[in-house]
Amino acid sequence: MSAPLSPDSWNYRELNMKNPGLDHLSNGLARLVERGQNVVAASADLKYSNGLNRFAEAYPERYLSCGIAEQNMVSMAAGLATCGVVPWVATFASFLGLLCAEQIRMDVAYGAQPVRLVGHHTGIALGFYGTSHHATEDIGTMRSIADLTIVSPADGAQLEAAIAASETWDRPIYFRIGRGRDPVVYGADTTFTFGRAQIHGEGTDLTIIACGQPVHEAIRAAQAMNAAGLSVGVIDMASIKPIDRDAILEASARSGRLMTVEEHNVLGGLGSAVAEVLADEGMGVKLKRHGVYDEYALIGPPTHLYEHYRLDAAGIRREAESFLAI
Amino acid sequence: MTSSTTQADGLAGASNSLHPDAARLDRLRDRAQFIRLETIRLIDIAKTGHYSSVFSAAEIFAALYYDVMSLRQGDPDWADRDRFTIGKGHAAVGLFPIYADLGFFPAGWLDDYTRLGSPLGDHPDMRKVPGVDFSSGSIGHALSNGLGIALGQRWTGGDYKVFCMMGDGEMQEGQVWEAATCAAQMKAANLIAIVDRNGFQLDGRVEDVMNIEPLAEKWRAFGWEVHEVDGHDLTALTALLRRVRADDNRTRPCCIIAHTRKGKGVDYMEREPGWHLGWLEPGDAQRAADEIVGKVIG
Repeated sequence: MSAPLSPDSWNYRELNMKNPGLDHLSNGLARLVERGQNVVAASADLKYSNGLNRFAEAYPERYLSCGIAEQNMVSMAAGLATCGVVPWVATFASFLGLLCAEQIRMDVAYGAQPVRLVGHHTGIALGFYGTSHHATEDIGTMRSIADLTIVSPADGAQLEAAIAASETWDRPIYFRIGRGRDPVVYGADTTFTFGRAQIHGEGTDLTIIACGQPVHEAIRAAQAMNAAGLSVGVIDMASIKPIDRDAILEASARSGRLMTVEEHNVLGGLGSAVAEVLADEGMGVKLKRHGVYDEYALIGPPTHLYEHYRLDAAGIRREAESFLAI
Repeated sequence: MTSSTTQADGLAGASNSLHPDAARLDRLRDRAQFIRLETIRLIDIAKTGHYSSVFSAAEIFAALYYDVMSLRQGDPDWADRDRFTIGKGHAAVGLFPIYADLGFFPAGWLDDYTRLGSPLGDHPDMRKVPGVDFSSGSIGHALSNGLGIALGQRWTGGDYKVFCMMGDGEMQEGQVWEAATCAAQMKAANLIAIVDRNGFQLDGRVEDVMNIEPLAEKWRAFGWEVHEVDGHDLTALTALLRRVRADDNRTRPCCIIAHTRKGKGVDYMEREPGWHLGWLEPGDAQRAADEIVGKVIG
């Protein structure tokens, strides 16, 4: 490998080959195949974006090239699943979680088929591609579909762990993942349990509950605040549905305040899910929902956008400290 | 409508064994009549339903379920059964009596059609109704669902064919053509689509609402083997379905355009397309049933 990848570089196929961050999805699926699961992967003309080209090379007979026809891909996968095959379909989260929402509801979730939906480049990870390619609504759409599990891994190792855990999860799953350049949070030995959060330190002043790539930034923000004398904990709520209610309630009892951080609209996403738990249980704790504030994100390189929307460590810290100062 | 399969497809030389014998033909006519009569009975429970959408498809349903498809009485989950997906799910009221008749669920279920908590609603639900191979109701999904099931054979080694019935109004859905493109690319030769070309949709004539012609040319252009048949001519229809089901040399998917009459069997329904959705008062229902019993169709 030559120079390390710039997080803002976009040379498509060449960078795909150089990016080990794109190995995780294919590695996870390969492991399921090795363990005897009848896995078939499908993508809608984006195998170099999600790294399924690796799986397709290793298992050409188990890869379906579906062309730019996402809705057919999802409905077809549901049909496949009725035959005992476990289909994994991947495309940009904006197209999967929004364009295919009705196929996911009718054919996958209502049909109770164990299809695995992988929405990648979620949130604002596609930067200057603009709103058509951003997905700041997909948790909201997917979360309101009954019987659909939602997982938002923080990094590639957690994605692989969640893929491994899916082997015994017979319900349909929507995986909300980044673009394969997520900063590393977990080691290869990390584990994943549906409905269980990962706790990264407990805090009495504040608990930050995050999902996806912002988990890494939230941990860094908490470290900085703790070094400055505050007591801040972080919860990685990778399992958005089912959500870890106990982790939320314990944090609300322990911390004076809670703050959610997500690469998603503050309406309908993780923040809303946490607010529902707090309201259901009558917890009178103050909650700050941080994310994209019901707007369409600007155009810009991804790192610039994370900074602009205060989803980097410095921005999360600023948001947290102003929340604590109220 | 009298266009015969034989003329349309150059099947004149086809083996006579493909044609149903007189006894089988009588049986299929009887079952198509049963489908129509049960549809009238069930819709009277719901007080609204799609009579004419079933009536155009009754011979196709009868030919598939009582002759062509490989099925086992009382065993809706048999792994190697032929599969059936339907895009015009609102015709499920004509399928449920067949499933009860085939012993897939107790006939008593029919008596509570659409009542609170019944597994049987206006559209078929695979989670609730044994015999439903895939849920339906959102028009345009069924060909994709059927394609997925057809491809499932490649990884499971099953021995079955997949039939997918669609309405002609359904041809207006973009996803149908995504699936048509994909099925040809993937050489899904075990997928057989049937278009119930009855010419009407909810708002009126298909050609007025959104023209879909030239339909056969479109399917051919998408890489499918295409046949046209009179969808009420049980002899031609059954022979054609038998032939395409048995054809193991086909390397591409197959589409049958079945020319039918919306409301077939009840004169005023055939004349009045508004019967896509409706309810017959008891006296009218009896007269419709009497008319159906008094006719020989197919």
